[in-house]
This record gives sequence, C-alpha cells and structure tokens, in this order.
Amino acid sequence: MGQRIDVKNLNIYYGDFLAVEDVNINIEPNKVTAFIGPSGCGKSTVLRTLDRMHEIIPGAHVKGEVLLEGRNLYDKDVDPVAVRRDVGMVFQRPNPFPTMSIRENVLAGVKLNNKHLNKSDADDLVEWALRGANLWNEVKDRLDNPGIGLSGGQQQRLCIARAVAVHPQVLLMDEPCSALDPISTLAVEDLINELKHDYTIVIVTHNMQQAARIADFTAFFNLKAVGQPGHLEYFADTTTMFNNPQNEEAERYVSGRFG
Amino acid sequence: MSSEKSTLDQPVGGKSADKIFKWVAFACGALILVVLAAVFLFLFFRAWPLIGGDQNANKATIESFTGGKAHNFWQYVGPLAFGTILVAALALLIAFFVSVGIALFISQYAPKGLATALSTIVDLLAAIPSVIYGLWGGIVLVPAIYPFWNWVAKYLGWIPLFKGPAANPARTVATVAVVLAVMILPIITSMARDVYLQTPRLQQEAALALGATKWEMIKIAVLPFGKSGVVSASMLGLGRALGETMAVLMILSPGLHYSFRILQASQNQTIAANIAAQYPEANSLGVSTLIATGLVLFLITFIVNFIARKITQKVSA
Repeated sequence: MGQRIDVKNLNIYYGDFLAVEDVNINIEPNKVTAFIGPSGCGKSTVLRTLDRMHEIIPGAHVKGEVLLEGRNLYDKDVDPVAVRRDVGMVFQRPNPFPTMSIRENVLAGVKLNNKHLNKSDADDLVEWALRGANLWNEVKDRLDNPGIGLSGGQQQRLCIARAVAVHPQVLLMDEPCSALDPISTLAVEDLINELKHDYTIVIVTHNMQQAARIADFTAFFNLKAVGQPGHLEYFADTTTMFNNPQNEEAERYVSGRFG
Repeated sequence: MSSEKSTLDQPVGGKSADKIFKWVAFACGALILVVLAAVFLFLFFRAWPLIGGDQNANKATIESFTGGKAHNFWQYVGPLAFGTILVAALALLIAFFVSVGIALFISQYAPKGLATALSTIVDLLAAIPSVIYGLWGGIVLVPAIYPFWNWVAKYLGWIPLFKGPAANPARTVATVAVVLAVMILPIITSMARDVYLQTPRLQQEAALALGATKWEMIKIAVLPFGKSGVVSASMLGLGRALGETMAVLMILSPGLHYSFRILQASQNQTIAANIAAQYPEANSLGVSTLIATGLVLFLITFIVNFIARKITQKVSA
C-alpha cells in the first residue's frame, strides 16, 4: 500500500542559494499527484527532496520537514539509503544499467537489499515486476538480452519495473515521458493508472494534458522572476486546477497564456 | 525575386586552404606509419648478421655475453623476454589496484580542492625522468624495503613466488616491480580518473535511487562504465613497463634464469636494461645480437598492444 507524504515548511537550498521556498503540501496515499509549472520553478527539485536525492549534489540541503507516514525523512538518525529503498524514483530519460541484461536490471535494486535470493524467487520477482510494468509479454523470451537493446518506451517501463521490484511505498517520476513518443507515453500513462492502486505516485510533468489525464491532484509551482526562489503557487484536485482554478497565475498557466 | 546573383552562382572561397589542410593532415597520419616501418626495418636489417650470418661467430659472441651459459640466440633472448614480461606484469599488478583506488577516490570521494591537488600530484609523478626513479630506487628504496621483503620471505615463503632467503641488498625483481609500478601509476590513474568522471550522472542516480550505498553505486554504475577505458590504460602502462630501461638497469642485479623467485637476486634481466648494459662494450656482431633482442622486445610490445585492443573491443561491445 502507498504511504502519505506531508511536506511542512520546506526550504530547499543549493549551497547558499534558496531554490524553492516554504513548500507545504499533503500528498495523499494511492493517488497520483502531479507537479506542473514553468521551467526553473523548482518542481523537480521538490520531487528530489522526497527521496533525499537532492542532497547528492555537493552543498545541497533542505530546511523543514518531509513526513512519510508521520516520520520525518530528514531526522538525524534516518539514513538516506534507507529512504530511497522506501521511495522509488523513475527519471526523465530511461536509464537501465547498460552492462546488465533485462533480468539483471529488474533485480539490481533487490540484490542490494537481499544478496541471497534463490533462483525461483528471483524468477517470480522478475515476472511480477515486469508484469507490473506492462512489459512482461514483450520481453519474456529475451530476459537475458541487454536492457539497452529495448526501445525507449520499453526501457522506461523496465526502469519502472526495476523501481517497483524493491517494493517501495512511493514512486516518484521526474518527467518520465519527456523522452518518449506518443504511443510509449500512452503505455506509461496507462501503467501509472494501474500502479496507483499499490503506490503513492508523484509525477513531475511539463505536459499539462498529461497532468489532466492521469493526476488526481495537481500542484502548480511558480517563480516570481528568474533568480528568485520558486514556490508552490496553488494546489488543488486536478478537475478544479484545469476547469476552475481559484488562482490567477494558475489560471493563466493552465489556459496557456504564459509558461 | 531580386535580379541579384543567387549565392548558388557565387564562387566559394577557401577551397585551396581546404585542400592543403586535407593533405597536411594526411601527411601527418602517414608519417606515423613511415616511422613505425622505419624502426622495424632498422631493427630487422641491423639484426640480420645474427639471423643470417655466420653461426659460429654468433655462438662466440653470445657465449662471451653470458659467460658461456647460453650458446645460441634463443637461449639468450628467452630468459630476457621472460624477465621483461615478469617484471612488467608484476608492476602492472601492483599499479593497477592502487591506480584504480586513487582514481575512484579522486573522482567519487574527494572534495573538489583535494581532487584537483591529487590529480596534479599524480600527473607530476609522470614528469619525473626514469633515471631519477632509478637513483631513488637504488639508493633509498633498496635498503628501505629489505626488512619488508625479509618479512614476506619469512612468513609467505611457502608461496613459490616469495621463496627466501630475501636478497640483501634487495636488488631484486620485486623491488624493481615496485619502482616500475610507481612509474606507470600516473598514466593508469589519470586515464581511469577521466573515464570514471565521465560516468553518466543518470546511471549513478539510477543506482542511488534504488537505495545503493556509495560503494554499491560505484560497483553497479561506475566500474562497469569505466571497464574498457581502464583496461586500455593498463595496457599503456604495461607497454611503458615493458620498455623501461634506466630504472631497471640501476636497481636490478641481473641473471638469466626462467625464475619466479622475485625476492632473490641475480634471477632475471629485462631486454631493455640488458641492451643498455651490454651496448657500450659490444663489438659489431654483439650490437647485432642486442638489436635482435630489441626486435623481440618490439614484437612483444606489439603483441601486448594488439591483445589490449582485442580486450577493449570485447569489453566495450
């Protein structure tokens, strides 16, 4: 089952530079929450604080709280490695490990947690994860082929299978379809709709139609000017966001008048 | 449409410069082939008196070089080739792991300032002339390392490679290998560092996002990505170790055996050091003999490079 995330008074820094200021947002379990907004508004940055990937950049840090089912991910005694095992991530461009087969890619994360997985358990897990990512039927006869031999859309679904295989509670997606063609995009969107039954999903997208199609809630991020920190301008359920937003900037953005 | 001449009809400038540059570039490319052929032909023709000449005279020359131990060219060059490969392989074995460690530290762990400083120092190591390494090895390292080799011989002597007693002074293959390892360290380190730094960020993040620790991330993303680059770097280092002359000449107490006793003196000699040692006193047939050993060294390095290319192709495929 998915878990809920509550972000409280989150300020995100790169060194001394305040990139995003004072984010407060409640992300519901087993729902799809989309982050939209113009380039540079910090939506990907916020996403990357939810699994502590933000801090792998030297000097990057946050102030504030990110609560996963009430537990602050930024508590002193929380290990970022453990956070990332609970909160999976799918990236902008498909990034299967180039030296690994399809099967090895799916198992890559699992092998980190659990070195001794016997073969039949591993087989079951590979099938389960690939079925979960709607990829099983396309690759079941060539699991030992390299992962990078697949098409872009298949690679992205392989990455989703890899993330799902470690049984995370939350799945973060950073523009997962921006490098895919429309048909592959559709396949991934269908998949997201199914995945939300098991996971909480947060997705960053540049494509407002995509947000409208798949998200239950939508957060609109904005920035006052270039060089100023980004902020969460407006957060609403997706129907309100796109049909009747109670925020002027959001209204201008979703109607295509800026951004 | 205007009545002016279309750009399609106007002459294009810079044509002759384009042609000249093409031929200059071609000449540079051809030059390398010419030089390689010239070296090979020099070695072959100067070695000819030994290969095709009077075999009785050759026998006398070789016996005078070896104090009567070897009677023909193959008996002479065999142990030399063996010694060359042994010393170079040991040096590579030592340098490889240290270099990869330094490169990983610089590229993955060190803060920026320290990484830059370390990179510079490693590059400086490459600028030290080999005769200086020879002096340092002979005067400082040989006495300093003896207690360590003695310890190794005492406790690890049951491994044939480390069979004692350790020679004192330690003018042995083991000590030479350590010095050569330091000499080839910079080239392997800097190439490995560069290739590790090029690991796609997306691959590293993929591993971290799965809950990999730093070391696990390096194992999954960085090392596989750098594999072919590190292999070719090692082969370049091996090539340098194979041909290294001064440092070996100044440290090693030579011998002409097919021996793995790297802690004992007077076991092996390398081709390059042997040429340098014998050349000043050799007569013309003696010089031919030495040049013939040089031809063998040339072939060995050629084969090593060839194998390296094959390995790199296979790894990166």
